[in-house]
Amino acid sequence: MATDTPALKSDLAQTSGQFSTFFVADLFFGVDVLRVQEVLRFQQMTRVPQAPEVIEGLINLRGQIVTAIDMRRRLRLPPRSGNQTPMNMVVRTEDGAVSLLVDEIGDVLDVDAATYERPPENLDAAARELIRGVYKLKGRLLLVLDAERTVDLAVGRAA
Amino acid sequence: MQDQDQDVIREFLVESHENLSRLDQELVELEKHPKDAALLASIFRTIHTIKGTCGFLAYSTLEAISHQAESLLSQLRDGQRELTPSLVTLILDTVDATRKVLASIEASGEEGPDRFEDLTERLRLAAQATAGVESQSGPGMVAGPAQHPDDNGSAEHPEGAKPEEEAAKSSAVADANIRVGVGLLDKLMDLVGELVLTRNQILQFNTEREDAALNATSQRLNLITTELQEGVMKTRMQPIGMVWNKLPRVVRDMAVALGKEIRLDMDGAETELDRTIIEAIKDPLVHLVRNSCDHGIESPEVRARAGKPPQGRLTLRAYHEGGQVNIEIGDDGAGINVARVKQKAIEKGVLRPEQAEKLSDREVLHLIFQPGFSTAQAVTNVSGRGVGMDVVKSHIEKIGGIVDVFSRPGEGATIKLKIPLTLAIIPGLVITSGGERFVIPQVSLLELIRLEGDSSEKHIEHVHGTPVYRRRGSLLPIAYLNQVLGLKSPERAEAVSMVVLQAEDRQFGLVVDGINDTQEIVVKPLGKQLKGLTVYAGATIMGDGRVALILDVLGIGQRSGVLAESREQTRAAAEQKTQSGIEQQRLLLFRAGSFDRLAVPLSLVARLEEFPRNSIERAGGCQVVQYRNRILPLVPLRAVLESGTPDSETADPVQVIVFNDGDRSVGVVVDQILDVAEEAVTVRQKTGRKGLLGSAVVGKRVADFLDLNHVIRAAAEDWFQAARGSANGKKILVAEASAFSRGLIRSGLDMAGYRVLEAANLDEVIRGLEQEPVDIVVAALDLPPNGSSALLAAIRRRPEWEGIPVLALAESAEQVRARAGQPLDFQDCQVKFDREAMLESVARLASALASAEGAPACVGEER
Repeated sequence: MATDTPALKSDLAQTSGQFSTFFVADLFFGVDVLRVQEVLRFQQMTRVPQAPEVIEGLINLRGQIVTAIDMRRRLRLPPRSGNQTPMNMVVRTEDGAVSLLVDEIGDVLDVDAATYERPPENLDAAARELIRGVYKLKGRLLLVLDAERTVDLAVGRAA
Repeated sequence: MQDQDQDVIREFLVESHENLSRLDQELVELEKHPKDAALLASIFRTIHTIKGTCGFLAYSTLEAISHQAESLLSQLRDGQRELTPSLVTLILDTVDATRKVLASIEASGEEGPDRFEDLTERLRLAAQATAGVESQSGPGMVAGPAQHPDDNGSAEHPEGAKPEEEAAKSSAVADANIRVGVGLLDKLMDLVGELVLTRNQILQFNTEREDAALNATSQRLNLITTELQEGVMKTRMQPIGMVWNKLPRVVRDMAVALGKEIRLDMDGAETELDRTIIEAIKDPLVHLVRNSCDHGIESPEVRARAGKPPQGRLTLRAYHEGGQVNIEIGDDGAGINVARVKQKAIEKGVLRPEQAEKLSDREVLHLIFQPGFSTAQAVTNVSGRGVGMDVVKSHIEKIGGIVDVFSRPGEGATIKLKIPLTLAIIPGLVITSGGERFVIPQVSLLELIRLEGDSSEKHIEHVHGTPVYRRRGSLLPIAYLNQVLGLKSPERAEAVSMVVLQAEDRQFGLVVDGINDTQEIVVKPLGKQLKGLTVYAGATIMGDGRVALILDVLGIGQRSGVLAESREQTRAAAEQKTQSGIEQQRLLLFRAGSFDRLAVPLSLVARLEEFPRNSIERAGGCQVVQYRNRILPLVPLRAVLESGTPDSETADPVQVIVFNDGDRSVGVVVDQILDVAEEAVTVRQKTGRKGLLGSAVVGKRVADFLDLNHVIRAAAEDWFQAARGSANGKKILVAEASAFSRGLIRSGLDMAGYRVLEAANLDEVIRGLEQEPVDIVVAALDLPPNGSSALLAAIRRRPEWEGIPVLALAESAEQVRARAGQPLDFQDCQVKFDREAMLESVARLASALASAEGAPACVGEER
């Protein structure tokens, strides 16, 4: 692992201008497509007692143990309705792969840099910490998720 | 011996080349950050290692160079002087010179004619020079490199080799060995683990369909996967002898250099360890051995005065114990002088005088692992620079090991290393709590306790609200895993399952919902988000592909509070034990026949059990009892000790002491368990009687020590032989639809020495039985066309087949349990691919048949 870190870092620093999109409640998010390792249907999960509540559990991703973070709870949104199973969006971070549990997976989108804007100041504190900016697409807003801050559970705890 | 030396030199070359490359980088880095203490320490250690290795390989030029360089570095490390570019150049010159010498060693086995006296002298001068003088001599040193190539000319050209050729040669040794990063091996292990899971799925899929091509392919896949798995595991396992090989030379040369006589005894060189661990303990071991030679063993004159033989003895021992490897480095020298260690610690500022007063001897001994600590009076080129013990400790702890030191004044000191077998795979006990599975590392596990029925509540008592359990006379604090983890406990369990755990030097009981089985697990780290949770040591992937968390025993103990309370108490007890010496032993006292007081060390005893007399059966002509799904052979002690006395006991229930010998167990039947004695054993006297080792006074009364080996050999080995013998010739019909599964079952039986016939369905079974008589039928529950009940009915209809026992094989443990509730139609039911259980069951049925036919009498009773 130690050997790929520099390569991974430079990899992570790259941006493609393409976003993998997903939905959490009525919010439309995007993560840089280079960061996304894979998208999986809901996997069997092992609960981790005593863990922070945003952690849904651990999944076995081909022999690698990956922590799954529930995005609803991470963003302090109301829980999913009972019969809705979340999707796993596995993103690569400096600490290895982490799975984000989201409601639905959207398309990969090309965005126009000119439509970018800082997130509004009056955004909910929990969300503001994790949203880097907003692309104004036709008919809807694409929120750019800061994956690194999302998986750092210390971020947004005080807020 | 010469080959061994060649190996050592080869290894030295590879290692030194690596070290030198690292030094180059570190020195350049150091020039940028001259104040970086960690970097300096690392450089110092590298040079120290090279020096040490040269020392015992008798490369005097190299040793001289590195010794001077080390002196210089130690001044830098201690802040006695500033690092200047000229000093860095000087050290880099040293590195270059070292390379030249290594190249020469590789080419010719000799150090070469160039003694590098000029360089050594410059190093010596630099080390002597005060900061002021050094600035003057600086320019001269900067000029050093300019004249250096000329120096080397003589070293390079004697063989007339061109530089390019030399470069090609220098890599020859490195080519013979490929060093693979641990990361890559770990990745391979991960992939193999995945492959195993996938293979299992394919095998499952294969059993569901009858496709010859798929069948053959999956068999091959199965074989290859198993082989690959073993291969990858094997790449990581090596006998500890690999490291020990070079120690006799180290000890010999040390002894010569120090004018001592030292004999080295090695025991357990074949003990295998993971490669990464072998690598990690290599340097610490050399350090420890050198240390023992230097500080431990006295000179022959001193020894003679102390009344010891002039030849000192150094003992290396390695052995497996509870999933760990213990390595002991013991000497019969003077031991560690506690007072001097204290004094030295105060001098070095490690300890304040008032602190020193309060420390126990044991704690003082552990001070030798503090950085910068050395009790050697003089700094020799052998040891005594204050790197060593702290490096040893940090190296061992880095791989999850423990270092301990024991010393008996005047008798010697022993350093004990407890090291995990492998970093990646550990044995663990799978338990459940609140519906989740968890794994407890076997290393921390002492015993399992099950409290059944009404007694379960009674056994757990409360001291001021704190639950405790009386375990063999002492109170064990208890924690409930459900509560620790905040899980829901199930409604009213009929039994309480408790695991007794050891964390550091303390013990506690952990109550869990269920205890499953032990497994080899692959330890995987948890993500950063979960690092803060002290209750988990990691996670693993179970056979069904799901993740299970590995409990951190220390963390659980601390979180539940059981450890904080008992800490002082147990520590005091531990202290008392170490002080009172090693002769103290816990002994189990019992009575058998005319022997009123017999004793065995409690450490040998696995369990004490009571069996109702009517549960004792006879198999292979011996007494056996069914115990934890296995057959436990019983040895009536009375009959063994008093030959000729018939086994005519009336006691009910029967008292049995269970001993484990490897993976076999034996129960020794005694009349009465008397006591556990903790007194020191005093007088010992040998007796000639078979079955007894001798007598000793235990608790003011004489007790006879049982010769366990004799007793077990007298009876149980015959039983094992009888069991094995009964396998021979027994004919077994395997009825199973899938050819693949049939093959698997068959291979297990073949190996155990049975003759095997095969049948794929009911018709074939009938035909098989008609053709030739069969002793046992092993049948799958789902045998076509109508399941195995139809088979059973068909067999039982024919009077000549009525006596044939039938073992049913179920797909899963659930099915077996479901069967257990139903009326007993089969003789036994086991899980299909649990080979061990199946073989045991077959052996049981076979020996039952044998005894029914009138088996040979149990020889054990006759002796």
